Amino acid sequence: MAHPAVTSAVTSVVTSTVSSTVAVLERHLTLYRRLFWASAFSSFLLPVLFLVSIGLGVGGYVGDLDGVTYLQWIVPGVMASTAFQMAVGETTYPVLGDFKWTRGYHAMRATPVRIGEIIAGQVLFMVVRVLPQTVVFLLVVLLFGGLRSWWAVVTPVVCAAVVVASALPVMGFASRIDNDGYFALLFRFVMIPMTLFSGVFFPVAQLPVAAQWLAWASPLWHGVELCRAATLGVWPPWPVWAHVLCLLGWAVAGGWFAWRGFTRRLAV
Amino acid sequence: MAEEPLIRARGLVKRFGGFTAVDGIDVAVERGEAFGFLGPNGAGKSSTMRMISCVSAPTAGELRILGMDPVRDGVAIRARLGVCPQLGNLDTDLSVFENLTTYARYFGLSRAEARRRAGELLEFVQLADRAKGKVEPLSGGMKQRLLIARAMVNDPEIMLLDEPTTGLDPQARHLLWERLYQLKQRGVTLVLTTHYMDEAEQLCDRLVVMDGGRIVAEGSPRELIGRYSTPEVVELRFPAGLDAVGKLEGVGERVDALPDRLLVYARDGDAAVAEVHRRGLEPSSVLVRRSTLEDVFLHLTGRTLVE
Repeated sequence: MAHPAVTSAVTSVVTSTVSSTVAVLERHLTLYRRLFWASAFSSFLLPVLFLVSIGLGVGGYVGDLDGVTYLQWIVPGVMASTAFQMAVGETTYPVLGDFKWTRGYHAMRATPVRIGEIIAGQVLFMVVRVLPQTVVFLLVVLLFGGLRSWWAVVTPVVCAAVVVASALPVMGFASRIDNDGYFALLFRFVMIPMTLFSGVFFPVAQLPVAAQWLAWASPLWHGVELCRAATLGVWPPWPVWAHVLCLLGWAVAGGWFAWRGFTRRLAV
Repeated sequence: MAEEPLIRARGLVKRFGGFTAVDGIDVAVERGEAFGFLGPNGAGKSSTMRMISCVSAPTAGELRILGMDPVRDGVAIRARLGVCPQLGNLDTDLSVFENLTTYARYFGLSRAEARRRAGELLEFVQLADRAKGKVEPLSGGMKQRLLIARAMVNDPEIMLLDEPTTGLDPQARHLLWERLYQLKQRGVTLVLTTHYMDEAEQLCDRLVVMDGGRIVAEGSPRELIGRYSTPEVVELRFPAGLDAVGKLEGVGERVDALPDRLLVYARDGDAAVAEVHRRGLEPSSVLVRRSTLEDVFLHLTGRTLVE
C-alpha cells in the first residue's frame, strides 16, 4: 500500500496534467470554431469527392481488386490518408505560427502548463477532430456500399492513431525550423510521396521491393492496412500487433523529437 | 527572522554561447515593492526577466523566487506569477474576452471562474466595451492593457512587466501607469524593466541600473539622483562651431558635452545660468530642469539611455 502523502502527490500531478492538457485543447477548439465551415469542406466533402471520382470513375476501368470493388478497396485508404493530411496540415504552419507569429506557445510557457502538456493538448485537438470526421465519412460510404464488415467501427480509432503517429514527428520538425519554406519541401518530398506509395490507391505489392520498404516505414501504410482489414473484414498483411507497434513507435519517437524541439525553442 | 525576499539572485549569470547577457548580478526584491531594472537595450534586463519568469534557466549563480528554485519548481512558481511580455503574444484570432478565459484555463481556473475573472479584469483595464471584439484592431495601448489584464487572471503575487510602455503614446502610458500603481496599492509586487527614466521614476520604489549585463548602481530614484547627480541641470545649446566647454570651467559642479548640447550639473541652476551670462557666453537656448535618472545613467556609463 502506497503512503497516503505519495498517493495524494501523484493524484495532484495527474489532475494538474489533465487540467493543463484540456486547457490547451480548449484553446485549439476555440480557435477552430472560427474555421469550422471552411475546414469542413476539406475534412468531409473532399474525401467524398475523391471517392466518387476515383472510386467510381477509375474503379469503372479497374474492375475488382482482391475480390472487392475498387471503391470498397480505396475507402479505407482515403479515410486514413485524409487523417494523415489533416495531421500534417495542422502541425506545420499552425505550429510554426505559435512559435513565431502569434507566439501562443510562449504565452502558455509563462503559465503552469508544461511543455509535454502543450504538445499533448494540441495532439488531442487533432484526435478530437479526426474522430467525428471519420464517423461521418463511414456513414457516407455506407450509403455507397463501401463497407463489407462491421469491423469498420474500429477505423476511427485507427485514424486517431495515424494522426498521433504522424503529427508528433512533424511537430518536432516544425519546432526546429525558422523559415516556412521548409514546409514546401516536406509536402513535396515526404507528404505527397507517402500518400502515393502507402497503399492508398493500389497495393504496395505492385512496387519494387526497395519502394515497399519505404511504405513499410511510413505510419500511413500501417494505418491504411489496418483500416482496410477492418472495412473489408480480412486479415491485414502483417499481424495486427506489428502494425500497431509501428504506429506506436512513430508516436513515441515523434513525441520525444517534438518534446526536445519545443523545450529547446522555448527555453531561451 | 526577517522574511525571505520574494526574489533573490546572487551572482546570477546567463550566457548564450560565448555571449554573456547577464554577468553576475545580485538582486533582492521585497514583498509589496515596485522594483525596476533600468538600462539601455542589450543591458541584460530581458534575459534577467526570463530567468525570473522561470522560462530560461540560469547559467550560473543562485536564484530563488518565492522561496523556491525556478528550475526544479518552475510550475509551482509560474502559478503565482503574472508575466507581461515585451513581444506581445495575444491570440489574434480569438476575441478580447476569449484571450482572457483561455489563459485563465491554463492556470486551472474553472470555466465559470475564468469568465467571471475576465469580465472583472476587462473593467479594470477599461476594455469591457471591446470584450467581444477582435484583438487585431486594438491600439497599442489597448493591447498592452489586455496583456496586463491577462497577466492578472491568476491573481499573481508578483507581476513581471518587460518594457510595459515601449512604443506607446504619452496618454496611453499614463493610463497604464495609473493601473500599475493601483495594482501596487493592492499589495502586488511589481518587477519591471524599462529604458525610460521617467517610467522608472514614476513607478519604482527601488531600482538597479544595468549596463552590459552588470548592475552599476542601486537605490531609490531619489537616492540615485542624490548620489550621482546634482539637484538641477542646465541644458545649454550653442551656435555651431563655438567651443564653449573650455569657457564653462568652474560653472556648476560638472559639465558633460553631448553631441547636441552641454549639460551643466549644479546645485542651483539659475545661479549657474547667471554665471554663464557673466562670462559673456550667449547660448542659443537655456533650460534649467531637475536632475533625472537619465543624468544618473549618463554619469555612470557616459552614454544616454535611449540612443
